[in-house]
Amino acid sequence: MHYPDKKKTPADWLSTFHIDWPLMLALLSLMSISLVVVYSASGQDMGLMNRQAVRLGVALFVCFAVAQIPPLVYRRLSVPVYLISIMLLVAVLVVGHVGKGAQRWLDIGFIKFQPSEILKMVLPMTVAWYISRQPMPPRLIHIAAGFAITLVPTLLIFKQPDFGTSLLIASSGIFVLFLAGMSWRLIGFFGCLSIPLGAILWFYLLRDYQKQRVLTFLNPESDPLGSGYHIIQSKIAIGSGGLEGKGWLMGTQSQLEFLPERHTDFIFSVFSEEFGLIGIGLLLAIYMFIIGRGLLIAARSQHPFTKLLAGSLTLTFFVYFFVNIGMVSGLLPVVGVPLPLVSYGGTSMVTLMAGFGILNAIATNKKIYNR
Amino acid sequence: MSRKRVAIRDHSAEANLFARRAFFSFIIVTIAVLILFINLYHLQVEQHELYQTKSNLNRIKLQPIAPNRGLIYDRHGRLLATNKPIFNLEVIPEKVKNIEDTVDELQTLIGFSDEDKASFFKEMKRQRRFKSIPLKTNLDETALATFSVNQHRFPGVSIEARLKRYYPYKGVLTHALGYVGKINKRDLMKLTEEGLEEQYKATRDIGKNGVERYYEKVLHGKVGAEEVEVNNRGRVVRRLSTTPPVPGKDIYLTLDVELQQIAQKALKGLRGAVVVMDPKDGGILALYSNPSYDPNLFVHGISSRDYKKLQSIDRPLINRATQGRYPPASTIKPLMGLLGLESGLVTEKTTIFDPGFYQIPGSTHKYRDWKPWGHGKVDIYRSIEESCDTYFYDLAYRLGIDRISEFMTGFGFGEKTGIDIKEENSGIMPSKGWKRARFGKPWYPGETTSVGIGQSYWTTTPIQLATAITALVNRGVYYPPHLLRNFQVGEQKQPYVIEEKPPIQLKKNRHWDIILSAMHTTVSKQTGSAHKAFKGAVYDSAGKTGTAQVVTIGQDEKYDAEKIDERKRDNAMYVGFAPYDDPRIVVVIALENAGGGGSQAAPIARQVMDYYFGSSVGVRHALSR
Repeated sequence: MHYPDKKKTPADWLSTFHIDWPLMLALLSLMSISLVVVYSASGQDMGLMNRQAVRLGVALFVCFAVAQIPPLVYRRLSVPVYLISIMLLVAVLVVGHVGKGAQRWLDIGFIKFQPSEILKMVLPMTVAWYISRQPMPPRLIHIAAGFAITLVPTLLIFKQPDFGTSLLIASSGIFVLFLAGMSWRLIGFFGCLSIPLGAILWFYLLRDYQKQRVLTFLNPESDPLGSGYHIIQSKIAIGSGGLEGKGWLMGTQSQLEFLPERHTDFIFSVFSEEFGLIGIGLLLAIYMFIIGRGLLIAARSQHPFTKLLAGSLTLTFFVYFFVNIGMVSGLLPVVGVPLPLVSYGGTSMVTLMAGFGILNAIATNKKIYNR
Repeated sequence: MSRKRVAIRDHSAEANLFARRAFFSFIIVTIAVLILFINLYHLQVEQHELYQTKSNLNRIKLQPIAPNRGLIYDRHGRLLATNKPIFNLEVIPEKVKNIEDTVDELQTLIGFSDEDKASFFKEMKRQRRFKSIPLKTNLDETALATFSVNQHRFPGVSIEARLKRYYPYKGVLTHALGYVGKINKRDLMKLTEEGLEEQYKATRDIGKNGVERYYEKVLHGKVGAEEVEVNNRGRVVRRLSTTPPVPGKDIYLTLDVELQQIAQKALKGLRGAVVVMDPKDGGILALYSNPSYDPNLFVHGISSRDYKKLQSIDRPLINRATQGRYPPASTIKPLMGLLGLESGLVTEKTTIFDPGFYQIPGSTHKYRDWKPWGHGKVDIYRSIEESCDTYFYDLAYRLGIDRISEFMTGFGFGEKTGIDIKEENSGIMPSKGWKRARFGKPWYPGETTSVGIGQSYWTTTPIQLATAITALVNRGVYYPPHLLRNFQVGEQKQPYVIEEKPPIQLKKNRHWDIILSAMHTTVSKQTGSAHKAFKGAVYDSAGKTGTAQVVTIGQDEKYDAEKIDERKRDNAMYVGFAPYDDPRIVVVIALENAGGGGSQAAPIARQVMDYYFGSSVGVRHALSR
């Protein structure tokens, strides 16, 4: 929708890349923070830094590539990909590669990957596809079906066991239903239902190590050298950072290796120790900006499918950082969710950026649809 | 809104609904982030100090630094105990590629026992990999040189200098000085009880015996500390600050190492003890027990072969001067005489007739005098000079055990003297009560008779005798014996505070003079039992001999030293002091199974006194006479 007779301004030129620049700048600043903190947390490990830089590059490329695809293509693809993913999840449970006591990886010769990562995008797509076929707010039957679509992969991933990912996937499905206008009465009903469900979860579904994490979360001092060690050291790192932090590369908890999982799940503690509450304020502001921008993109897009998908992806991103920060600061049990776009680690980085690629696509393709 | 299967969708209503839900979500997200932020504010601002402290506790550790042990000098400033650097071959396992090969190579190069090797590997398993572990201690010069040349071949192996206690006079002062040894479990328990275990965090050795043990707290000093930053495995990353240790105080003893050497020479081949005491203050000039041994053996951990040697029948580990229990025999007669005079049972003029034996009235049992034909008519002077037994049999019998016991306890018998070493025995001052408690039997009057000549159950230690004689020559002024002369405090010497006990009061001061004069004539008169030993001495001394029976001789048997087992021969005793008119030293000699006091013990006392009055200190005195 441009005017051929007019000269291309730089802004026009940028818009041809299907990138929402405010969102992208926020994401890039998170990635820069990631490089800075991983450098410190890894003990200035250049090999690790190189790998992280390559991952960021790959993630950015994936984001860019995904952004070029019109959103309606995803809509068409969502159901078959969803079904394939479910099959892959079953395959993981049967022949999957065991890492850290859980079966998450599928080894297909040249590459090992986690099918659960694909579902992080495909599940909200599928539920959005299904719900957006009907007028909104959806009827009870459609909500029940949406739940079913969500529940199957959630349980399969939970079986691996990977509590963190199953939590993220379940919430991405539920967010679609909520954004679609699921009635408050029903929300209240499910809220009440969650209590007996929680009991069932505790007594029949949670593994011992997962229960241990919850117990440790409730009272970390009960096991200061065992599973409580992580959270105690993490709180010491955060608390000792104070308002201004100890300074980059000066965090004693991280540099002297008292803090475990420094460059992965507990990277927020390293960041807090070295940059203090001021740094945290900045980081949280960037996250809030991304959430706000994501919800704005969702609200502005014209199609129910893209609205629901963009909204769900954005809110899932919130769950990501909320759970991570909550767990390292002692508000939530340790569930093994990385700090999105900051923690060291390739898979989640690529998946997240693919998700933001979709968001970019939605943001820049809003006027393509015809009513 | 339509509920039909195919509804006509109201897009703007749907968009509104979505916008409301999205807005609501954003509110929830904002609240959630605020909760996170408030919690983080709580941790980082409100509880910052708590976590700052915890963080410092994680990373900052105090490493103790051992204080240097105080040195020990004799009265003339001669060094008796010092700290000598020794060189250890130490290995940091972490820095060595192949530890087994390295140790084997070092073994062929330096040459150490498989025992050393085994204990190294044992220690290595216990310690962190970055801690330095000694492989061979106390390297000699050849080993030092050999290793230094080859050091480049052994990264992670180095020579470390450590301070070890060293006693240059070896066996001369062992029993007085004692020694230090590795802190064992018992020492550690005691230190913990006293709340001192922190002070010993970096120290390996502790005083085990003698002065080293008694003045442990003075000699030890105060532990220092180095504040270091460590990582989660305890490895030191950097040093933050240092509080230097306070070295232990140096101490000066009253001992004179040359007198000790004289005593050692004189006692060669004998078992016994020499105690030399300054009657002016109770300071011990010499405290020697023979046989002795080299205390340095214990500093590095004694080998089992060496230790076995020290377990011999001669019992060198015993400090005979303070732990040896000997019947005082006739050396006690002056004090018995003093009691006789005090009790009024005898006077200066009282005489008895000695036929060569004594019989308790109404009994036929003969208590024999050492002179088979008797001393004839004797008074208190002659009975001491010639050591007449009969006089004292009779006196003791008439005094009764309880009176003797009470009086003698006043001179310190049966009680520890409180000398400043812990290896001390109280000896036995028998009494009726004591016998009942010990044997459950009543006291028989016949037993009192032998107590009169320092036999029966009565045992004393040489240090007790010296203390009692000191009180005698001081006319009742009583000083507990001590080895410490002064502490070095900075540049100042802080003298030992002499603890003066209430003096012994007599009814008549003349009684002191009678007894002391009798001891004088014991040496000076031709007939005196110590006359021969001190013939020609340049100083004027006084004393009393003693010959103690170790085994009971039958009624009509004759004691023949040549015929009986060496271990059953008499103990020779001597107590003496000089100069007579202004005593400067009290000497006590006790010799096990050596024979007669006059013939064996008194000559040794003479050697000691000869040295004392012949040495620079004494010459002046001798000349002034």
